[in-house]
Amino acid sequence: MAKAKRPVLVLAGAEQGDLRALEDYRKVGGYASLEQARTMGPGAALEEIEKASLRGRGGAGFPMGQKASFLPSPEQAHDPIYLVVNADESEPGAFKDREIIDRVPHRLIEGIQISALVIHADRCFVYIRGEYLREYEILMAALAEAEGAGLVSVPIVVHRGAGAYICGEETALLESLEGKRGQPRSKPPYPAHVGLYDSPTLINNVETIATVPKIIEIGGDAYSRIGVKDSTGTRLFSLSGDVVRGGNYELPHGASFRELIEGCGGGVAGGRKLKGIIPGGSSSPVLPADQIDLSMDFDSVQKAGSFLGSASVIVIDERACMVQLALRIGQFYMNESCGKCTPCREGTRWIELILRKIEEGRARVAELDLLSDVCDRVLGKCLCALGDSDAMAVASYVKHFRAEFEAHIEHGCPFGEASSLAGVRSPVDEIYRGRVGQEAAL
Amino acid sequence: MAELRTEIRELADRYPERKSALLPALRLAQERYGHLTPDALREVASALGTTPAYCRGIASFYDMFHLAPVGEHIIDVCTNASCALVGAAQVLEAFERELGITAGETTPDGSVTLRSAECLGGCGCGTVVSIDERYRQPVKPEDVPAIVEELRRG
Repeated sequence: MAKAKRPVLVLAGAEQGDLRALEDYRKVGGYASLEQARTMGPGAALEEIEKASLRGRGGAGFPMGQKASFLPSPEQAHDPIYLVVNADESEPGAFKDREIIDRVPHRLIEGIQISALVIHADRCFVYIRGEYLREYEILMAALAEAEGAGLVSVPIVVHRGAGAYICGEETALLESLEGKRGQPRSKPPYPAHVGLYDSPTLINNVETIATVPKIIEIGGDAYSRIGVKDSTGTRLFSLSGDVVRGGNYELPHGASFRELIEGCGGGVAGGRKLKGIIPGGSSSPVLPADQIDLSMDFDSVQKAGSFLGSASVIVIDERACMVQLALRIGQFYMNESCGKCTPCREGTRWIELILRKIEEGRARVAELDLLSDVCDRVLGKCLCALGDSDAMAVASYVKHFRAEFEAHIEHGCPFGEASSLAGVRSPVDEIYRGRVGQEAAL
Repeated sequence: MAELRTEIRELADRYPERKSALLPALRLAQERYGHLTPDALREVASALGTTPAYCRGIASFYDMFHLAPVGEHIIDVCTNASCALVGAAQVLEAFERELGITAGETTPDGSVTLRSAECLGGCGCGTVVSIDERYRQPVKPEDVPAIVEELRRG
């Protein structure tokens, strides 16, 4: 592995330790890109982002430059223009935004200021997930220092969420930021035209925004030559599950799962056999072990029947019962469904119900077809991607590990107590019984 | 508590529309009251010009708000995919044994609430346990007695 040549952009300078202090960030050239962008002007800066073909790092992979170009110009806009940074990182398997805030908070702030300049924003909001208390404190400290040094010309408000996965969905996030239940809006209109407080709004993920300073520094063309075609640049891959060294690894798009899992992560834990790979958080369909040499870029993973999403790679070894894993994932989506649209609210519940019956050995063979049928009825029929995520993920476990599902129905769990997931429970189990601090929901 | 009202008004000034301050206001009220009591909801509602019912409707949507009493300390054990694969079930069981309660309950003395949690975003190094919103990771079952002892000693 050509470790020495690996480009590090988002975490650049933080290899030996975090860059929380402004002074330390300045030493590695921090805030020079902001200066440069101010000299270039908004139009030229946007051009660099467009040339870089920077695709959104939150999961959907939409090009940031294109999204920014949808916003009206200040002359056309009748309302203030807002920049919203999505730091509501809640996808199971994802922990990269947390690391960016923890180690290079000023790079995020610099990226926010450049992006705000590009879209002529009046104000910026960072919506950070409520559980990230420490990261909130780190970001606030960095922000205070940057403000004190006169580096923040467009005001930034850091807003804490309060525990709801769905608020990572961009329109649910806007609703939540407006002081409402975090329930997605119907699209169109898109936030570029009708966003926060019905004003033009650009929403991007933490990693996307934190990449912007480097693009300005090295230029869009140079950036676009890193990675592969249509998946440019580097990515912070969150590696977790049955692997020796989990953690975030910054690699260029196009590196293989093997490079990440074996090269960076030290291979499957305990020298056990690989069973499957979740490429982009629990929402993405599972890939069988033979896909380990697949290139980690948007198009390749999509061609293999899944998606790179937030680049959160979960390693599954041979001890895992796939029915239990599918059930745990199904419970998550059921628990986090906001309840606004019927296919998701009802569908996620049905999916959980059938999976539970299969896992407990109470299901009939026909119910496996019923499960596929329910997934089908959810897919593509919901207001946002949450229902789709559940349906696609669960269907993928049935597709690749059907024999395990059939064995459960006929003889019960073949793994028994030996499964790495044996006895795992979820908040749903508690809610069924009545959970402390919450209203009886079911 | 005139003071809480003032603090909420100050929060509201940071936003173009004051209703945006609802989440931080509820958090503040919860810190003051322990959980979101009818009084707490009334206070937030009045400071932000909305109704207690609206505030309750918002609070019930979010996991971090409590509409009923909870323990002095809250232990959240992540049991989502990444942590589940590396033994979260055994960590949760160890807490149950040590505390003498089942997940979703509070100890009889009201000191600790134990819950299983959805992904907390520390997947690379599981099992992740959040105690009073501070993460500990990785937590192994054998670490649990010392953690509980530490909480008991305050």
